[in-house]
Amino acid sequence: MLTAEFLSRLQFAFVVSFHILFPAFSIGLASWLAFLEAVWLVRRTDPWRDLYFFWLKIFAVAFGMGVVSGIVMSFQFGTNWAGFSEAAGNVIGPLLNYEVLTAFFLEATFLGVMLFGWRKVSDRTHFFATCMVALGTLISTFWIMAANSWMQTPAGYALRDGVFYPDDWMKVIFNPSFPVRLPHMVLGAFISTAMVIGGVSAWYLLKGRFADKSRATLKLALAFLAIVIPVQIVVGDMSGLEVHRNQPAKLAAIEARWETRRDVPLTLFAWPDEQAQANRYAIDVPRLGSIILTHSLHGEVKGLQDFPADQRPPVAIPFFSFRIMVGLGFAMLGLALIGLWRWRRGTLEKPWYLRAWVVMIPSGFVAVLTGWWVAEVGRQPWVVYGVMRTSEASSPLPVGSVMASLATFVVVYLGIFGAGLYYLVKLFRTGPVPAPVREAAPHQTPARPLSVPQDAIEE
Amino acid sequence: MELATVLPVVWYFIIGFGVMMYVLLDGFVLGLGILSPFADDEHQRDHMMNTAAPIWDGNETWLVLGGAGLLAAFPRAYALVLSSLYLPILLMLIALIFRGVAFEFRFKAHTSRWLWGLAFHVGSVLAAFAQGVILGALVDGIAPLPPGQVHGAFDWFSPFAVMTGVAVVCGYALLGATWLILKTEGRVQQIAFDLTRPLMVAVIVFMLIVSASLPTLHSALMHRWFTGGNFLYLSPVPLLTAVCAVMLWRSVIHRREAQPFVYALGLFLLGFIGLVVGIWPNIVPPALSIWAAASPPSSQGFVLVGAAFLIPAVLAYTVYSYRVFRGKLAGDAGYH
Repeated sequence: MLTAEFLSRLQFAFVVSFHILFPAFSIGLASWLAFLEAVWLVRRTDPWRDLYFFWLKIFAVAFGMGVVSGIVMSFQFGTNWAGFSEAAGNVIGPLLNYEVLTAFFLEATFLGVMLFGWRKVSDRTHFFATCMVALGTLISTFWIMAANSWMQTPAGYALRDGVFYPDDWMKVIFNPSFPVRLPHMVLGAFISTAMVIGGVSAWYLLKGRFADKSRATLKLALAFLAIVIPVQIVVGDMSGLEVHRNQPAKLAAIEARWETRRDVPLTLFAWPDEQAQANRYAIDVPRLGSIILTHSLHGEVKGLQDFPADQRPPVAIPFFSFRIMVGLGFAMLGLALIGLWRWRRGTLEKPWYLRAWVVMIPSGFVAVLTGWWVAEVGRQPWVVYGVMRTSEASSPLPVGSVMASLATFVVVYLGIFGAGLYYLVKLFRTGPVPAPVREAAPHQTPARPLSVPQDAIEE
Repeated sequence: MELATVLPVVWYFIIGFGVMMYVLLDGFVLGLGILSPFADDEHQRDHMMNTAAPIWDGNETWLVLGGAGLLAAFPRAYALVLSSLYLPILLMLIALIFRGVAFEFRFKAHTSRWLWGLAFHVGSVLAAFAQGVILGALVDGIAPLPPGQVHGAFDWFSPFAVMTGVAVVCGYALLGATWLILKTEGRVQQIAFDLTRPLMVAVIVFMLIVSASLPTLHSALMHRWFTGGNFLYLSPVPLLTAVCAVMLWRSVIHRREAQPFVYALGLFLLGFIGLVVGIWPNIVPPALSIWAAASPPSSQGFVLVGAAFLIPAVLAYTVYSYRVFRGKLAGDAGYH
């Protein structure tokens, strides 16, 4: 049945899934821009400046879309999750407030210099501004991951009359899952961005455009991914251990484990049947589950049947999302390793290989999305794991209101962000054309973030 | 005095300050959108938008600060206000999305240029109207919901809230017009000069209607104003409002360029102070006081430590960026 709570969950999932793509992209791009500008400062050759300005335009669009969709997020907690705001606002509110004050401040101050100060400040000041924007995106990630991780593994609080009172902020912020989930998210953002950088470069190479620049950036993306994806796999494994320790019901859902057992297999694929509490069409690798999940040969993994029926998360979404995320992770690793090998043999630019890059451009973002679905759906039925239920968190709203808002968000987001994507594609079509040199001071100075892309498009 | 007594007062002023900053700064930008149909042609419309182009993003950030600040310092107020005013908040958010992206896309579009111009205008009008409705509903009073009950979708609706919605549209338009007097020359400035006095009359009329209808509201805002000789202490507020109005009128007649904007800001500031004085010590009239709605000192104190350093830094940046873009906007500035 459609309840206001269920519709609110759908709405939150929809707006936050849309939103996270843009911050993930701008986290990666900001650091990429800092790298490009550093190389330019050392080498002082035009291609690096051209690349900087090209990716700066992309960044401006991604950042703008993130800002617009982010404002919606800052109100959702109150409009749809009044119960959660009242109970946990004491803890979550200060974390979000610090995000606004520390990250928005840095970004707002230095984004202007970064985007429009090219002819007004020195090289070093400009580079400093780029670094501060990159730092701002990372600080923002810090606070958001602290807030979300606290909801996964709450700590440092006292519960009185159903309200959370913080008593140790260090424990609140550095809660048990935070130290693993923060790097997992940051690396995910970096990998997603590197996939776009490499894929777009491969696309230019296929078309025979910007060959020198694209060859350089493809190799950079390739080398970066070959190093970082293995690190991400290790961090992901640590995250799995952490979930095994702190959120056993989520782990059982991810792995579709129904009975508590030792020597559990690793289920590569299955059709989890929640009615029968069994897996159909399962493809299992014996014992590998225990080894991966517990790092011991005979480790015990809890099954869903150990939890009361009203404390079990849904199985299908975490189970499949997790497999998509991990599958894409290994596919990206494969792409990078094949690339390293071909690079050595000097056959990097074979068309089929470049086409594989183009096809895989979105895979990082899909992995980020599915990863978040694992984390958030796997946390159910809790909003604050083990303490507060999602059903207690929603606002007392009439069904019609939430239905109206959900329909509005779907229509508006598809329209607006469709236009934004169209615009990004247009920018990619234009490519890293020669950027303006500093000496020539034309009458026009782009005035704000999203106006930067303009000069390239209307050539 | 105890922290639990003092901190909510401090936070009441911090959030009041943040909301005030938002209303003043985004107010004139939304005003530009409200007034955009008065431009003779697309070129003038570009010019109007470009006066605010470098700073509107930063202006809107104050709204996020207000929202996050309310959640951190007064979670019960945040939960009650946002959930009971669900549809007006939704309208505001959607309108702000259209206003924001229209600001950006309009300059890249060719065939759909008129569409983004329309989105800019309608988005600005609806965002202003929604904010006025939210203000009106808040002043009218939002009673806490008895347990187990559900907000009505249109509980917030009242003729008063609709009236304040229209009032805020006029008020932002006044801010926008005086901003244009400051930042432009020639035809656009002339249009702004012509609009300022009628808009000011409308704003003053609305201020009088709001003041006159306060006794009829559930929140009993007038009590503070008229009990125990308070009116004497508070009389500078309406007096200064009258002075501001007269000065604004005269400055337009004498074709002053900076003064109208300053006096328009003054009118808004005084109106805001009048409401804040009336609402005090509630954060959500009629029943939720700042102490009842407050988060504990461990939360409010934790954020206050950071805010004490960071808010001045944000202000310093805002001043800096306004200084960078000070003066008249050149005819060909912008993107073309």
